[in-house]
Amino acid sequence: MQISLIVLIPLLGALLPLLTIRSGRNVCTFVTASVSAVSLALLMAHAPAVYRGEVVRAGFEWAPQIGLSFSFFLDGLGLFFAAMILGIGLLVIVYARFYLKRQDPMGRFFAYLLMFQGAMLGVVLSENILLLVIFWELTSLTSFLLIGYWSHLPEGRQGARMALVVTAGGGLLLMGGMLLLGQAAGSFELGEILQRGDVIQASPLYVPILLLVLACAFTKSAQFPFHFWLPHAMAAPTPVSAYLHSATMVKAGVFLLARLWPALAGGDLWFLIVTPVGLATMVIAAWIALFKDDLKAILAYSTVSHLGLMTMLLGFATPLAAVACAFHILNHATFKAALFMSAGIVDHEAGTRNIKRLGGLAYLMPVSATLALIASASMAGAPLFNGFLSKEMMLESAALTNYFDNTWIVPAAAALAAALSVAYSVRFAYGVYLAPAPAQFPHPPHDPPFGMWAPVALLCVLVVAIGIAPGLIAGPIVARTSQAIIGSAELPQYTLALWHGVTPALLLSLAAFAIGALLLAIFGPLERLRERFFRPEAKAIFDCGVLASVRAARTITDALHTGSLSRYLAIISIVIVALGFVGGLSGGHAAGLRPTLPVNLVAVVLWALLIAACVAVVFAHHNRLLTLILTSIVGLVTSLAFLQFSAPDLALTQISVEVVTTIFLLLALNLLPKQTPLEPGMARHLRDGSIALGAGLGAAWLAYAVMTRDFSSISDYHLAQSKPGGGGTNVVNVILVDIRGFDTFGEIIVLCIAALAIFALLDNALQGAAARRLAAMRQSVESADAHPLVLVVATRALLPLAITVGFYIFLRGHNQPGGGFIAGLIVASAMMMQYMASGYAWTVARARFDAHALLGAGVLIAGLTGLGSLAFGRPFLTSSFGYFHIPLIGEIELATAMLFDAGVFLAVVGTVLLSLSQLSRVEGRAERNPAPEGPSDIRLPRARSAAATSGESK
Amino acid sequence: MSMEFLVASGIGLMSAVGIYLILRRYTFSVIIGMVFLSYAVNLFLFAMGRLKINEPPIISGASSYTDPLPQALVLTAIVISFAMTALIVVLALRGFLETGSDRVELEPAGSRKAEDMSAK
Repeated sequence: MQISLIVLIPLLGALLPLLTIRSGRNVCTFVTASVSAVSLALLMAHAPAVYRGEVVRAGFEWAPQIGLSFSFFLDGLGLFFAAMILGIGLLVIVYARFYLKRQDPMGRFFAYLLMFQGAMLGVVLSENILLLVIFWELTSLTSFLLIGYWSHLPEGRQGARMALVVTAGGGLLLMGGMLLLGQAAGSFELGEILQRGDVIQASPLYVPILLLVLACAFTKSAQFPFHFWLPHAMAAPTPVSAYLHSATMVKAGVFLLARLWPALAGGDLWFLIVTPVGLATMVIAAWIALFKDDLKAILAYSTVSHLGLMTMLLGFATPLAAVACAFHILNHATFKAALFMSAGIVDHEAGTRNIKRLGGLAYLMPVSATLALIASASMAGAPLFNGFLSKEMMLESAALTNYFDNTWIVPAAAALAAALSVAYSVRFAYGVYLAPAPAQFPHPPHDPPFGMWAPVALLCVLVVAIGIAPGLIAGPIVARTSQAIIGSAELPQYTLALWHGVTPALLLSLAAFAIGALLLAIFGPLERLRERFFRPEAKAIFDCGVLASVRAARTITDALHTGSLSRYLAIISIVIVALGFVGGLSGGHAAGLRPTLPVNLVAVVLWALLIAACVAVVFAHHNRLLTLILTSIVGLVTSLAFLQFSAPDLALTQISVEVVTTIFLLLALNLLPKQTPLEPGMARHLRDGSIALGAGLGAAWLAYAVMTRDFSSISDYHLAQSKPGGGGTNVVNVILVDIRGFDTFGEIIVLCIAALAIFALLDNALQGAAARRLAAMRQSVESADAHPLVLVVATRALLPLAITVGFYIFLRGHNQPGGGFIAGLIVASAMMMQYMASGYAWTVARARFDAHALLGAGVLIAGLTGLGSLAFGRPFLTSSFGYFHIPLIGEIELATAMLFDAGVFLAVVGTVLLSLSQLSRVEGRAERNPAPEGPSDIRLPRARSAAATSGESK
Repeated sequence: MSMEFLVASGIGLMSAVGIYLILRRYTFSVIIGMVFLSYAVNLFLFAMGRLKINEPPIISGASSYTDPLPQALVLTAIVISFAMTALIVVLALRGFLETGSDRVELEPAGSRKAEDMSAK
């Protein structure tokens, strides 16, 4: 479990900077750095085991059905990368503390940075390849946030978007590649996959796997032709560039190639694709770097070029090249991160990054200049610095490579890239630090605070130390890492040393220095020559592509998404009907054998009523009030059907819901138009009619087919358990409050959500356009008396009676038809009648409780009842019951289920009351203004005359 | 004719009316269509327990009872349909109050252009 903490600590620790930023920037930095440091310490605790040759594993199954597990492993390669991510991460955190300006939100920056760190650690430590894909995409997302950190700058936003499109697109390819790889290898665990290189390479899936994985690695590591995003990502703050774009994220592609090396490398295809892509990237990017004026652009293209170098080395697929690659990853991370930080220092102190406006900084800021010069010497590949050593090894490997029987092209191109590298490094170092200083700088430059150059200094110490004593310092790391890359193959003979004698590599290196000097000598003419040639602008092409796909997407969307509900519903209905008929007609359709029930006269009469009402609705639906009455007839017949077929609970529920729904629709109809306009178009009516007929026929056929067949049900269990297990004889109620209580609990929550949504929709309807429309609305037909006395008196007299009935229905619910739902509806409709009869203002003034509180209490009581059973060590919502003898009343039964049912009751009352009262409140506004205050009360005549006088006085 | 036939044809007719009404272009028809569909679907689900007369699922020593499970499911479904109906009624009402129109489709032009402008 411990090594998964290495990943999880930064991911979860990302919350801390956001919290601690309130205590100041130093505390925030300290906390962020501590998070990384803890993770690093944990990693280092495992280092001895890894160096003994062990592989540390941890994890657990996550979704074994799809091969996904939460598993991590730590070997030489993972340790190397993880140490780099955490080590350089720490330096970047310290550096960023001084780099970020006061107005930059530092907490957010460190949160993103830690999230990225965690994601990146996940990539390098995942054992499960699907988990790796998840972390891979997380690095793309978090790097998007980091690149776009300065979201007020358009370059930042565009660069972030481009990086996301390219790298997350690559991530999708990776997902495809990994799924195929898992299938070909028969396992999604890297430990297994790396053992099965032969199986994978013999598999017919090998070519697609290879292409997908390579495309993904090339996008992430900015290989040609996907290199264009990296320079645009330089819009990020410099700490981000130093961290993501030199040391970690862009190396993820190289890491992927190295990780899967034993499984995928070795075939001709690998060599044929990876080598030229790496080689081309190395040369082209170095060439572009030579002509850039922005310091970060130079470094960006240089990074692309060096990534090409690493890719090419892995493409050679020889163990020696793998060693060179591992060594170069280490060296590049040290000197390039140092250089990025130096560029940031220059930008910070001199106010510009343009090489043409800089110069002479060696005298103005000697400390950081010395450090930058050391790092750029290493980038150029000068002896005594670590860049030299790995470049020599690269040239040595290149010299041994023949491509299509051609022995010179790879070494020559590699030497050319090395020469270009010398040229741009010298131009960088000379132009910024050694050239004559310009007349004035945007800021007078001087050395930055210690905290800003200290991380650079630390990296430069490594650059020099590895350069002078490579075997001592980097030897074991390189050996362990390369062994992990090449898997079971034997590590070749090599020595990490400054002097190897006069070798082909040394000669190539010397040639590179000479050509580099020559290139610089003719830099002026060369630049003018380059200006004259057409150069494709990657950003323009990318923008064109994005624009075209946006247009295409919009065209398709416009064609499909017309904004017509009827059209969508028609399509959905047609599909359902068609699928239903295809399914129905392809099966057997013999008549069912279950004996049917004979009809009786009442049933036929009700059926005829139903048919008549349905047909009438179709033809009269323009008259909305009539439609509403017809609809309630249909509802009534439905509830009678429930009653006929042994479902008294359903009949009670249906009829009380019918009452409430009708009141609700009536209230709404008061504010809506009373007529639906006639819709023209016979064809449309025919089309809709035939869809409807098809659906009706299908539903009827299906229902009939089911009802005439026998079946076996799980209900016997419910029937048997109802009394002994649930303590009630009404099985439906026992199912609701006990056996399937969790369902019911969910359902009352749905009810509450609906009520709150209704509340939210209507609560602010009394403002803005809606309010103006309401105020303008005058009831066309006003009855002489808005609140008829008979109705008012009757409803008030009914209220206590209805509440008593409600409680009776509630109490007997466990054993006889009834229960919380029905009781709630009855009580709510009794209360509702007060709103209808006496008006909103009158009722609200007298209501002693709040509907919101009822909702909350309902859910709370139901939930606590459920939790109560946990206290007795039983599962959630287990009920218990007992019989008690109460004097005078006699034997009664009390069950916890009843308490649960009380929660249901309250939630239902709350839902109905909240929605209906909210609706009638809006209604009140549409009526005469001011709303009449209880016209049937004793104060009525006075209120009316007062209103009249106030009207006159205006 | 049998009871099963009556119920099945009732379900079919209510579904047909419901579908026809939800394909109309005005909110109120669509709402009533949803109410009809709720009736049909609830009755259909209930009928999955088969039709029995005078066998309510209340333990009383009788020899057989009708299937209680569909009844329990339909009971909550009825209450939830009420909540759903109320919600769409209020949506329709608020929409009408805001726009002065109770059609259920977008006006063909205008809205898309505004969206384009905001995207830039």
